[in-house]
Amino acid sequence: MTPDTIDQIFVIAKHWLLSYTPAPLQPVVSAALSVAPILGVFPLLFAITTVLERKGLGRIQNRYGPNRVGPYGFSQPIADGIKSLTKEDIVPRTADQFVHFLAPLLLVMAAFLAYAVLPIGKNMVITNLNAGVLFFFAVGSMVELAVFMAGWSSRSKYSLLGAMRAVAQMISYEVPLVLASIVVIMASGSLSTVAIVNQQANYTSIWPHWFVFTPWGFVGFILFMIAATAESNRSPFDLPEGESEIIAGYYIEYSGFKFALFFLGEYLGMFATSGLAITLFLGGWSAPFSFLTWVPSYVWFFAKLLALICVFIWVRGTLPRLRMDQLMGLAWKFMLPMTLLNIVTAGVWHFMPAGFVRWLVCTALLAAPFALLSRGLTQGGKKLQLRTYRFAE
Amino acid sequence: MTAFFLIVAALTIAGTAAAMSLRNPIHCILALTLSLVGFAALYLQLGAQFVGFTQVLVYVGAVAILAVFAIMMTRSANPPEGQSHQAAFSSSWLTGGAIAAVIFAVLAWCILSKSTPMQTAIQQPDVSVNQIGDALMHKFALPLEIVGVLLTAALIGAVILAMPERRKTL
Repeated sequence: MTPDTIDQIFVIAKHWLLSYTPAPLQPVVSAALSVAPILGVFPLLFAITTVLERKGLGRIQNRYGPNRVGPYGFSQPIADGIKSLTKEDIVPRTADQFVHFLAPLLLVMAAFLAYAVLPIGKNMVITNLNAGVLFFFAVGSMVELAVFMAGWSSRSKYSLLGAMRAVAQMISYEVPLVLASIVVIMASGSLSTVAIVNQQANYTSIWPHWFVFTPWGFVGFILFMIAATAESNRSPFDLPEGESEIIAGYYIEYSGFKFALFFLGEYLGMFATSGLAITLFLGGWSAPFSFLTWVPSYVWFFAKLLALICVFIWVRGTLPRLRMDQLMGLAWKFMLPMTLLNIVTAGVWHFMPAGFVRWLVCTALLAAPFALLSRGLTQGGKKLQLRTYRFAE
Repeated sequence: MTAFFLIVAALTIAGTAAAMSLRNPIHCILALTLSLVGFAALYLQLGAQFVGFTQVLVYVGAVAILAVFAIMMTRSANPPEGQSHQAAFSSSWLTGGAIAAVIFAVLAWCILSKSTPMQTAIQQPDVSVNQIGDALMHKFALPLEIVGVLLTAALIGAVILAMPERRKTL
């Protein structure tokens, strides 16, 4: 078993299985064989992430997470799954029955569709669309409609308020998300995810050509991750669904399996956006150093995905929740100008000759506005003083 | 006239028909969204990938949400109770039918009078994103700039509409 065989083992298995199917059935079986692993692997990853998150958050908050169900609590997702399947499905009497039923389905469908253009490994992408990145964002915009449907159909003030906030947040953060990915499209000259990853899979001596190792790529990656956190309504941007603020926002009136579907859809969206970040900035399935290419490509993809998930959990446990106006101000006043400047910097990078001056100019072009903008946005540089308390006498 | 085209066309027409005839305005918008997705599928079938995905991104992701917000903010979201059912053959049906027949006749005349059979097969233009970008930057640069100005004006208008009014202190 050469490293190449292990790397392409799934592709070889699929071709072997296809060779045993009759010719007219081959397109259907090929599609089914491509889609079934996605349907199996990512919900499994969702289950692992829920328990990782609860234990991780618990440890950050100086407590154990769940530790009763299995070895150190790692069978908790099984218990959670059984619970959500057997809970009573309560639908409010005045709720819009049809839309109330459709909303979680639309959310999960849109979240699953986004995986069609992510290259999980070498030659392992479901479809190689020419406009792959555009397809990803188009499908992501269907999630907002599903969120609105969920909030509206519940006919409850809390869920409507949560849905409006969530939709406003998702629309606002979609702009920096798309703009941050435009730099990568500019640099690679193609909208196809496979082409973008193939361009990053080269090495000079041992260093990889990932886009994150350039000034504009680094800033773009950070902006993309912040926007991705906001797009999937995760802390610190989870005001629309914060437990202490609005008691789960737009999915208050959902119980049992539909609630689990919302949870699944939200996490799948998080994995999909992380997967796109890995594809655009972190080199997709390519290894970090040229002497590590013997490790299979899909192992690298999932390793990077797990690293990003751990960063998400870490940020959730560390930072406090942003208020709605702070959240929107961040999107429109800070991230939008930074993404536009990032695009200009990427253009400058492309046209300058390679060398030290290019690094200096581009880093200065990004760091100076960042410093000035953040200083200007903290309300004129209010000095942080020692907090004094006044108590009632 | 493949099966795919027939199914997608049926879905689109069903969506638009539902958008016109459902009681609840939010249901109408959702049916319209279904027909917009059907249009996107037709664009994809014709090979226009960029236009198809942009249709979903813009129409479903922005226009449909704008429409539901508009309907939600005005109070016409609940279907009015006690609506008088119109008679089966009221006069509005007659005028509506007449207008539809006139439009159909004009369209049919246009299509039939121009459809001379093509002698040579037209080479299908290869519309890729590269070419669209190229055209936008070279041949259609002025329309691009004008659209940019239009969008800026719309954004400024939205900000002015949403800005809290400042009361002048007496």
